[in-house]
Amino acid sequence: MPRYLLSVYGPAERTEFSGYPSKQAMLQAFADTGAFNDKLQREGHFVFADGLAPATAATTVDGQGDTPVLTDGPYLETKEHLGGFWVIEAPDLDVALALAAEGSKACRGKVEVRPFQTEGSIRELLES
Amino acid sequence: MTALPVEEMITRVHHEEWARVVAGLARRFGDIDLAEEATADAFVAAVERWPRDGVPPNPGGWLMTTASRKAIDRLRRESRRDAKHQAAFMLYDDTPSEPVGPVVDDRLRLVFTCCHPALSMEARVALTLRLLGGLTVAEIARAFLVQESTMGQRITRAKAKMKAAHIPYRVPSDRDIRERLPGVLAVVFLVFNEGYLPSGGDDRLRVDLTDEAIRLGRLLRYLLPGEAEVDGLLALMLLIDARREARMSRTGELVTLAEQDRGAWDRRLVAEGQTLVHEQLAATAAAGRPPGRYQLLAAINAVHMDAPAPSATDWAQIVRLYDRLLVCDPSPIVRLNRAVAVAELDGPAVALAELDRLAEALDRYHAFHAARADLLRRLGRSGEARTAYDRAIDLAGNPAERVYLARRRDQLGGGRTSRGTVCPDAKW
Repeated sequence: MPRYLLSVYGPAERTEFSGYPSKQAMLQAFADTGAFNDKLQREGHFVFADGLAPATAATTVDGQGDTPVLTDGPYLETKEHLGGFWVIEAPDLDVALALAAEGSKACRGKVEVRPFQTEGSIRELLES
Repeated sequence: MTALPVEEMITRVHHEEWARVVAGLARRFGDIDLAEEATADAFVAAVERWPRDGVPPNPGGWLMTTASRKAIDRLRRESRRDAKHQAAFMLYDDTPSEPVGPVVDDRLRLVFTCCHPALSMEARVALTLRLLGGLTVAEIARAFLVQESTMGQRITRAKAKMKAAHIPYRVPSDRDIRERLPGVLAVVFLVFNEGYLPSGGDDRLRVDLTDEAIRLGRLLRYLLPGEAEVDGLLALMLLIDARREARMSRTGELVTLAEQDRGAWDRRLVAEGQTLVHEQLAATAAAGRPPGRYQLLAAINAVHMDAPAPSATDWAQIVRLYDRLLVCDPSPIVRLNRAVAVAELDGPAVALAELDRLAEALDRYHAFHAARADLLRRLGRSGEARTAYDRAIDLAGNPAERVYLARRRDQLGGGRTSRGTVCPDAKW
């Protein structure tokens, strides 16, 4: 079955309640997201999901040379960074989009839906 | 079938059968790209063979069979034959498949796939014209004033997204139709508008695009019978298109609806559009539903065109229709159009006051400044009218429209007091 990455972006610097207006709002969003994850499990869509520590905690590694070069911070210099993601399985894009809309409502953020490569697309790549 | 010259037969069959063949092949082979290529191959074969061998008795069947064989040839030639292709190949036989359950026209799947909301509007328009309309990439590129290679890339990228993201090729559910039909209609109306009032370039009218949009409208009406907004859009396009001959002067200037020779309207199209409007409004009222946007726009055009002369226009009825339109579409553009109709009932000063409330929202819209200039002219405020005309001319993309606006501007203070009201929704 096709797999999709559902990513949620947020500001690089996190506020007191992780971008939510209040502690209560944050807890409610966590609870809603938890319920959404349960639904994904129950209906057989769930592959993996988690939230990430702030992008400022990231280290970028370039191991292409003789010795690895380490840089403090995320690879992309942007105002918004990946904050968390789901990996789901869905029969087609319409199902994935409907789930993304639910996830977006639950976590209070916009969700990017991106398909993974498939066996077929990799085979085409190898044969091209 | 009557004995048309073979070239005309091919054109006609192309209009009638292209989308059906693409849609059928896409279902059978599960690959829209392959379906498109094989259908194009089949038409090339028709162009080669029909003049020599004669048009087959069932041209659609001939094309479907030929295109299916071409698809299999392509699969054989290409080493990439995944399980799905192989299955389609193994199952293939020459007899058309027996329908199971209610018969659904494959073209309905194709419409909703080409107009999928996950695709950009530009991509939807291009795919619809290519896969449903059968226009070549070169023709679509010319219509939208981009390089052929740019348009080719746009279509290739959209098809690649369809495949990579697994956009489904399935019969739309009632819910899909409810949620996505407005998007489908928007694609068709955009094609029509680009033909009727091209936003750029030197052409003042692109009949190929208006004709194609009307053909698509008729196809949608066939595929989705009883959908009020589908009928509304078709009626709207027919009524506007009926004015085609009357809206362009011999010197290439646009002639407003109020100034058009009403005898030059295409009576057959007017009658067809009017009938559709009346049938649909009656059906909608009987069902207790509010009429939709396209139905109302069509009704507004129908009221304009009912009048034997501009002075006989039922403006009160038009304002009432705009009031209803505001309920489903409370946008500044609808308010602008309503204000222009109000000017005919309550005078230009009342309308101008309403326009001033829309100034911020519509500052970049040429029709706003054109309407404002018109009202200022009627109030005798020539200096302000001139400034407003200048702004409208700057913002207008269509050359004939610029010529028209310049003429209006240059007539300022000339003592001519034409009452030709310019309603952006039913202007030309």
